[in-house]
Amino acid sequence: MSHPALAQAFIDDRPRAQWHDKALWFVREKRDRMATSVPEWEELRQRASEIKQHTMSLLPDYLEMFERNAKARGVQVHWATDGPEHNRIVHEILQKHQVKKLVKSKSMLTEECHLNPFLEKHGIEVVDTDLGEWIVQLRDEPPSHIVLPAIHLKKEDVGETFHQHIGTEKGASDPKYLTEAARNTLRQRFCAADAGLTGVNFAIAETGGFVVCTNEGNADLGVSLPKLHIASMGIEKLIPRASDLAVFLRLLARSATGQPITTYSSHFHGPREGCELHIVLLDNGRSEILKSPEFRRSLSCIRCGACMNTCPVYRRSGGHSYESTVPGPIGSILTPLKDPAAHSSLPFACTLCGSCTDVCPVKIDLHHQLFAMRAFLDRKKLLGMSKKLSMKFVSGLLSSQWVFSSAGKAARTALRWLPRFAVYNPLNPWGKQRDLPDAPKDSFRAQYAEHQKDKKSRPSSGTGGQS
Amino acid sequence: MTESSRDQILARLRSVLPESAPLPDLPPIGPWQTFEDPYARFCEVLESVGGICIRVPTLAAAHEQLNQIAAWNDAKVRLSVVDGVGDSNVDLSSIDDPHELENVDFAVVRGQFAVAENGAIWVTDDTVKHRVLYFLPQRLAMVIPASEVVHNMHEAYGRLEIGKHTFAAFVSGPSKTADIEQSLVIGAHGARALTVFAVESFD
Amino acid sequence: MKVALFIPCYVDQFYPQVGMATVKILEHFGVDHTFPAAQTCCGQPMANSGCMPEAKPLALRFVEIFKKYQYIVAPSGSCVSMVRNHYSTFFDKDDVEANDVRRRTYELSEFLTNVLKVDKLDGKFAHTVGIHQSCHGLRELRLGPSSEVMAQRPEMLTDLLSGLEGISFSKLQRPDECCGFGGTFAVAEEAVSCMMGDDRINDHLNAGTEVLTAGDMSCLMHLEGIIKRQKHPIRVMHFAEILAESIT
Repeated sequence: MSHPALAQAFIDDRPRAQWHDKALWFVREKRDRMATSVPEWEELRQRASEIKQHTMSLLPDYLEMFERNAKARGVQVHWATDGPEHNRIVHEILQKHQVKKLVKSKSMLTEECHLNPFLEKHGIEVVDTDLGEWIVQLRDEPPSHIVLPAIHLKKEDVGETFHQHIGTEKGASDPKYLTEAARNTLRQRFCAADAGLTGVNFAIAETGGFVVCTNEGNADLGVSLPKLHIASMGIEKLIPRASDLAVFLRLLARSATGQPITTYSSHFHGPREGCELHIVLLDNGRSEILKSPEFRRSLSCIRCGACMNTCPVYRRSGGHSYESTVPGPIGSILTPLKDPAAHSSLPFACTLCGSCTDVCPVKIDLHHQLFAMRAFLDRKKLLGMSKKLSMKFVSGLLSSQWVFSSAGKAARTALRWLPRFAVYNPLNPWGKQRDLPDAPKDSFRAQYAEHQKDKKSRPSSGTGGQS
Repeated sequence: MTESSRDQILARLRSVLPESAPLPDLPPIGPWQTFEDPYARFCEVLESVGGICIRVPTLAAAHEQLNQIAAWNDAKVRLSVVDGVGDSNVDLSSIDDPHELENVDFAVVRGQFAVAENGAIWVTDDTVKHRVLYFLPQRLAMVIPASEVVHNMHEAYGRLEIGKHTFAAFVSGPSKTADIEQSLVIGAHGARALTVFAVESFD
Repeated sequence: MKVALFIPCYVDQFYPQVGMATVKILEHFGVDHTFPAAQTCCGQPMANSGCMPEAKPLALRFVEIFKKYQYIVAPSGSCVSMVRNHYSTFFDKDDVEANDVRRRTYELSEFLTNVLKVDKLDGKFAHTVGIHQSCHGLRELRLGPSSEVMAQRPEMLTDLLSGLEGISFSKLQRPDECCGFGGTFAVAEEAVSCMMGDDRINDHLNAGTEVLTAGDMSCLMHLEGIIKRQKHPIRVMHFAEILAESIT
């Protein structure tokens, strides 16, 4: 389905759509308060953007540096060109360790690779341990937001899910009660797990280590008990220096949830004694994006989700309407880049308001990329016949002043004389909830010509003249 | 022999590199936010994220304060790795499998220094035998030197040798989640409570 | 000083009063003006739809028509942004004529503030005015501070209007959220578009807006369409109309 259809379905439950909008706006406001409290906020954004652009310009060198340093610390480094290879590598490592139960902290990358169904098919139990992620896993749904995976659900929905799956009281919906129930259940999973898998927020080239940020402590619990830790990361997660972390950790949580920093910012530099640490570096189309001058800055994304929270369309259409692992503005760039034909409506789920660009902590020119993405789809002949033909027609009409004026006049006349039912029909989506403007008798150009003529007849007052 | 994925990825990247862009300078002391009283700011931010900070003159005073905490007194299994603050009724040195720490109700651990701007404390794996001790106990107390509060993260990284420890982390407050309807709940998977003792003198 | 009026195509056809108000304001400040009658459209609807080959002839045409003028002024932030920020796609980056046209094209409030240096307007408008910050004026042309960016900027529209006697401004919950127009978005994503419009209007209703204004008639066309359908007691005016009606 296309975004407009799914958005329409979401909005059909108007109170819920309004609630969703408000819940995310609340996060945006928290972000604003945090950003205001840092006087050098804009300076930080600028440096973050520069660090990322610098890193991208030397990405292969930094990847090699990272690999070298990580290996020196006893980390095993793997490379995967695409999702299936990533999944195969992870599975092989798990098999070698005879892992039956895997706990995962939130990783959009493994969502991107559809790792869970792959491992489950091979008989491995996978538990997503981030609370929001676990909730959607229990419901067999994809996350609807990259930071707040269950933001589309009400506490009553969660209560019902927990009642079905972990036997909480029927009808109980107190978030504290539900969180406590999840805590107790997931503690057993943590303790029973044979391996832990995390994503990576930042990988440091000069040290060969990486940082994982969570609020719940689930990543740390997941990898501090079993003897095997696998970290999956996209190759764009690299930063050159440890000191760069200062910039990114100051921006990340403030932008994401309006917190000064996540509760846990864990720095991993090698395996625990007697344990193994594996890192899987994934390309999966990223090198292709790097090739494109128009879109490469999307690789700077640190997955804070601020562009989703601020996007007026995302807030009102819900994450699932994007049918994409990463929804919202950044997802509407990344996803069509990988599969333009399947996601051609996403760049148009946007008014080009630019709020995403202004909120982005690494200054990705998101709305300009969304603008460029539309032309990219046109070049791939994916705009759809009706859009293309109507634009061809209008362009032709606008190429001649005479044709334009005549068409305008015809439209105004029609609007003034046609009965209401003829204007407001099901073929006119504008008129479903909106009136059309009152059509004036004369266009501006006619009125202006008249005005200039009047002025000439009163020569003392006139200054202008028509060319 | 087929080209490895590693070589493929690197070659692909090398063929598409954007023009070079300079790496900005990030001095530890720069145009970064500082505070008149970094300690006060640290406490304020820590409280805003659900933690508590208690300033004490000595370790003995921290010990006394700890004994005032009901959860500590009620804890069946307690563990302290800070000499002079609290006591342990499990012997950490005899535990080889971190899973055995599952039932720890309250642990007292060391924090290296604190960050004023975000209420974070730097913890490292060299002061605990099992790093899970920072995450698994129901409740935590952290003992930090009151004098060691830096203004911001730039200053923090300026004094750190990243990579010296296999594991290290900034911890800011107790574990939390807002994944259910954006309602903040303290005590997600990690510690339910964090009390920080800022000790003026370790002598 | 001579100003070439750049009147957006839909203003020409449906909102001539906004163009005439612009004329009145320019005349008030003694600015000589002309309307190059060959103009039609800047090409934004095509470009925003991704149809660059269809937008390009209009951009070439625009530069050809306007290249001889020192100042090009439009009562629309969105159309000015198209010329200033997106014409680079259609011309060589060293194209002197195109670059001159891009540099010389101003949005009306920007022209009044930065070129004419209008400080205070004499006039009266005794109403509670709700300002809709049109996104392209705000975030593309930077005619005011956007709530996301932590930087101080002058608020051109508010500053111009605030000189009018008796005027007051309604205080919105979300001072610069998009209205949901977005060109073809208004039709292609009708449901989201109208919900966004509804939300903006409710914000204005709750804040006591009597007159809703903006620098872009396209946003106002969308909002007025909803206001009229729902019969809300809000009058909709382009800010040029407010100024033209008020100045003495």
